[in-house]
Order: sequence, then C-alpha cells, then structure tokens
Amino acid sequence: MTGSSQRGTQRRSLAVSAAPSRLTRGLILGIVGAVFAIPIIAMIEFSFRDGLSGGYTFTHWTGLLDPDSAAKFRSLTTGLTNSLLLAAVTVGVVLLLLLPTMILVQLRFPRLRRVLEFICIIPITVPAIVLVVGLAPVYRFLGGIFGSSIWTLAFAYGITVLPYAYRTLQSNLGALDAITLSEAARSLGASWPNVMWRVLLPNLRRGILAASFISVAVVLGEFTIASLLSRQNLQTAILLISKSDPYVAVIFALLALLLVFLLLLLIGRVGSRRPGAPRRITTRKQTREQTPKPDLTQGVPS
Amino acid sequence: MTNRQGAAVELTDVTKSFAAHRALDGVNLTVAPGEFIALLGPSGCGKTTALRALAGLESIDSGSIHIDSRDATDHPANKRDLGMVFQSYSLFPHMTAAENVEFGLRMRKVGAADRRRRAAAALEMVGLSGHLERYAHEQSGGQQQRVALARALVTEPRVLLLDEPLSALDAKVRVQLRDEIRRIQTELGITTIFVTHDQEEALAVADRVAVMRDGRIEQIGTPEELYRQPATAFVAQFVGLSNRVDGTIEGETVMVLGQRLPLLRPASTPDGAATVLIRPEDISLSAADSTNTDLLRGRVLSSSFLGSLRRSQIQLPDGTVLAVQHPVRDDPTPGSEVALTLALVAVAVERPQLNSGHPLVV
Repeated sequence: MTGSSQRGTQRRSLAVSAAPSRLTRGLILGIVGAVFAIPIIAMIEFSFRDGLSGGYTFTHWTGLLDPDSAAKFRSLTTGLTNSLLLAAVTVGVVLLLLLPTMILVQLRFPRLRRVLEFICIIPITVPAIVLVVGLAPVYRFLGGIFGSSIWTLAFAYGITVLPYAYRTLQSNLGALDAITLSEAARSLGASWPNVMWRVLLPNLRRGILAASFISVAVVLGEFTIASLLSRQNLQTAILLISKSDPYVAVIFALLALLLVFLLLLLIGRVGSRRPGAPRRITTRKQTREQTPKPDLTQGVPS
Repeated sequence: MTNRQGAAVELTDVTKSFAAHRALDGVNLTVAPGEFIALLGPSGCGKTTALRALAGLESIDSGSIHIDSRDATDHPANKRDLGMVFQSYSLFPHMTAAENVEFGLRMRKVGAADRRRRAAAALEMVGLSGHLERYAHEQSGGQQQRVALARALVTEPRVLLLDEPLSALDAKVRVQLRDEIRRIQTELGITTIFVTHDQEEALAVADRVAVMRDGRIEQIGTPEELYRQPATAFVAQFVGLSNRVDGTIEGETVMVLGQRLPLLRPASTPDGAATVLIRPEDISLSAADSTNTDLLRGRVLSSSFLGSLRRSQIQLPDGTVLAVQHPVRDDPTPGSEVALTLALVAVAVERPQLNSGHPLVV
C-alpha cells in the first residue's frame, strides 16, 4: 500500500517538474503575446492620429459613417463582397469535395489515408507566388469556360485552405469509429445517404464548423493570389485604399482582423458547447474500459 | 416484443480472400430456425469474416448465402433484415439510448408513437428501462452493449448476429450479459450466431458450436460432443484442456504411459507413433505408497486450487509433465511422489505427417 502511494507521489512530482514553471510560462506567453499585440496596438494608435500634428482625433473613425465618403469606399465594398462570396464558395468546395473524399477514404480505402494527408498538406509548403505561377495558365483556360468572374478564385483558395480544413476535419473523423458506426447503421437498414445524413454528419458537426470557419478566416486574409491574378478582394482593396487614405486602410484592416478573431473564437466555442454529445468524454471512457484488442474492423478481419 | 420463430441460415462453400490471405476457405454451415450457434476459434480463423459475410458487410468471392431459404448472397447489408451487435461500442454518440434503439424503426418508417413504445419495451427487455434519455458516454460498457442489443432486436430481425459483443467488458459483467443474451434468445426464439474466441463463453450459451480454423469449420456439434468426441486434435486442444503424450497406435487401440486405451476414431488411424491427447480429468491420483507397483508414478511439481477442483502438475520419470484434475480434498504436496491411473476412455490422437510440417490430424 505504502509502495503504491509512494510511487503515486513520485509520479506526481515528476509530472510537476517536467512542466515549465509559472515564470517560464508567463515569459513565453508574454513574448508571444507581445509579438501579436504590438502591431495591432500600433495600428489602433495610428487610426486615431491627427495627421502629422501629433494629436489624436476620432475623425477617421467617424468618417466611415459619413455618406459623402461612400464613393471613396466603393472599391472596399466590392472587395469585401468579393471576399465573402469567395469564402462561401471555398467552404462549399471544402464541404462538397474534401469532406466526402475524406469519409470515403476513411470507410473504404484506409490505405489511402496517408496519401490524402500528404496531398492535403502540400499547399502549406508551396509559397503563394509559386502557386500563382502554376495557376496563371490554369486560370487563362478557366477564363475561357467560366469567364473572369471573381468566384473562380475559390478553386485556388480551395487548395490553399486544404491543410487547415483537412486537419480540423481529420481530428474529428479520426476520433469517430466511423467504420463501426456506419456498419451498425447499415445493419439497421440505413441506406448510404441515411448513413451520411443521420449518423456521420451529425457526429462530424464540430469538425465541419471548425473547417468552415478556418476556411473563411484564410480566405478573408488572402492577398497574394488575388493580387497577382489581378482580382479584387478585401485585402487588395485595403492596399488600394491605403494609397489614398492610409487611416481608412488601417481601420479596415483592424475590422477584418476583428472579424477573423471572432470566427476563431467561435471555433473554440463550437468545441466546448453542445451538451448533446461531448465526444471527448466518450472516447476517454472507451479507452478505459476497452481491453487492448486488435481492431478487427480495420485490419484483416479474423 | 412478440414471440416469433427465427429464420434458417445456410452458408454454402463460402470463400473470401484478403490479398494473399484466405480468410474463408469453403465454409459450410446450416443453422436451424431459432438455433443459437457459436463460431469459435483463435483470432484469424475467419469467424468474424464469416459473420460479416452473412451480415453483408463483406462481399464473398464464391459460394452462396441463404437466409430463410432465399438467396441473399447479393443483397446489400441494409436489405438483409439482420440485427447485429459489434465488438466495439457502436452506439451513435449523438443520440440517446431511446433514439439509438428507434433508429432501425425509423429506417423502416415506423410511426413515432409506435417507435417510442417499441424502443421502451426493448430497453426494458435488456434491463435498462430507466435509461431512455442517456447518451452513450453516460453509460458503462456493459450498459452500452445492452442498448446495442436492444437496438439490434427491436426491429424483430430474422437473425441476430453477435460479433464478440462481450470481449470489451470485464469478467463479471461478461458472464452476466452472456447469460442474459441466452435468456432473451430463448424467450424470442430468434436464430442467433455468436462469434467468440472464448471457449467457455461458447460452450456456456450455444446449442451448437462450430470450431473454426484457417477459414474452415473444423467441427460442428453440441458443446458436449465437441468435448467428448473431438473430431480433430485441434478441436481436442482448443475446447477444454488436453495433455499431449507420446504413444503408439496398435490397431484400434493406442499404448500410452503403459496403458492401452481405445481410439476415438480408429478407422482413420494407421499404426505407428502418435501424440495422444488426454484430458486432465481422465487421469486420477492415488498415494504412491500403495503396494501396487505396476502403477505409473510421478512427482508433484505444483498444485493449484481452482475452487471446486484442484489441478496439479505431475512430472513423470521421463520428464513428461501431465496436468491432472482431481477433487479438492486430495492435496498433494509439491515434491511428493504419487501414483497415476488413466481412465479407460477413448482418446483423440495426432500423427506427425512425414512430408510436410503440418501434423496429420486424425
């Protein structure tokens, strides 16, 4: 008895010593926080400056509401509309193309999982400028089919969001015993559409929402591809306007940041809300109770 | 739930390969309506594949599957009308127990009121009447498998398939649920096929047990038949314990440890050296100081108390170690000398094959 409790305390003290001390943690958090906060604070400060006089004023912010300046912001409105449209189409591409592919691979072709993961991670390793060089001839071709409307850019964005969307979806899909659940549903008489709609999608809700939000965040912040392919989106519009009115440009950049922050905050919320099915508890319970046994549903069945 | 007659199931020459591995190598199995059959075998013997093929979750390469005398070989899983309980917990995590149980009825377009009533009845049958609104993560493993059982039975399927449903549970719950499955099965009269690698489980619940090995059914029979008259040495070893002792076949008998025992299947056995399989309970112990010096003698290595009986390891002068099962009141001290007698029962034997490495099983 004493032996086991002693071992317990030893393990606990070891765990404490392995974690960074309060001071180290605070220091790391402080530095990382400063890296993010300083530019944002500088932007806020800049948006209140009164020209070169050295004083501060609210006119740049109040000017936004001035009906006279609406014409000045037309390019911004177009850019924002375009970006929102692009975000919507990109989410559509992710949910209609990537998600079904991932589910199919998970259920039917588990050996392709590694390949799919590799393919989906590639875009993060390719610089946007390289991507554009490759995409330019593709878009010349696409222009012949779809015309040069802005939404076609979503094809390129669908690729750039792949790594983020894949990881968020996969972490949800991987925690789900999708094979057994769909087999159980099948044996209960469910057709494949029913398996998808009533069993898999409700359990993937969290991953789907997170992937959608992160895709929206990436698309709203995208500049390089749009700029180099001469399309107008929120970021290119901000750049354009900064040439005539740097204050407004900074204000819009701040507002765009705020929107993305809110989206990311929502992603975090989606994970912790939902009284219905907190998956984490289930998996923990299962690992405790399940004796270590080979998973017959995945390898060669006995 | 109404009492009803189950459907007959027939697998004919079913084969299935995974890449180079032949999982099913000509499986033939006929299950009578209402019968409880256990598919028993070591892992990799094809028992789960056979069950999955029957469920329609695995396609087969050749052969045919008949359910209720109708060819179901090409029917998709959702059209076979079978209930299945899986080894891993398979409750839909976003649904309550009642919603889980209602799922199959919903798929069959049963009305809401009827659905609720039948789901409640099914949950009551498995002893979970107060758990309608619980989610899977709010229940223990045993409760989850009970809900899964209710879910499989509520649609009144033609056949109930159980794929090692108890293997994730701890020992006590396992026995409890096992007996309950048998009770419910008898009550409903539903044809049931139960896959397990645990011989005790199979012998305890099944009307007949099919012992599988390398994708084939080695023997099928009542638990007692398998134990008393194993068709092959594999069955003799897999079902219950057996000592392996060298002996010599002479006609319809075998000479082993100085005694002549009848052979279980004499016709198929040529004369010569063979390994004889002797059950621990077919060897009896007596004190070594008796005057009868003809008896086989051995030294006690160890003795373990198993509750209602005791099992001792006895080493013979030639080094062979025998497991002997005897009443608890005989308590041989390790190191002491004892005399052994073999019961005059027919034994199974195994002959080493001359050419290949595989023993010829007779």
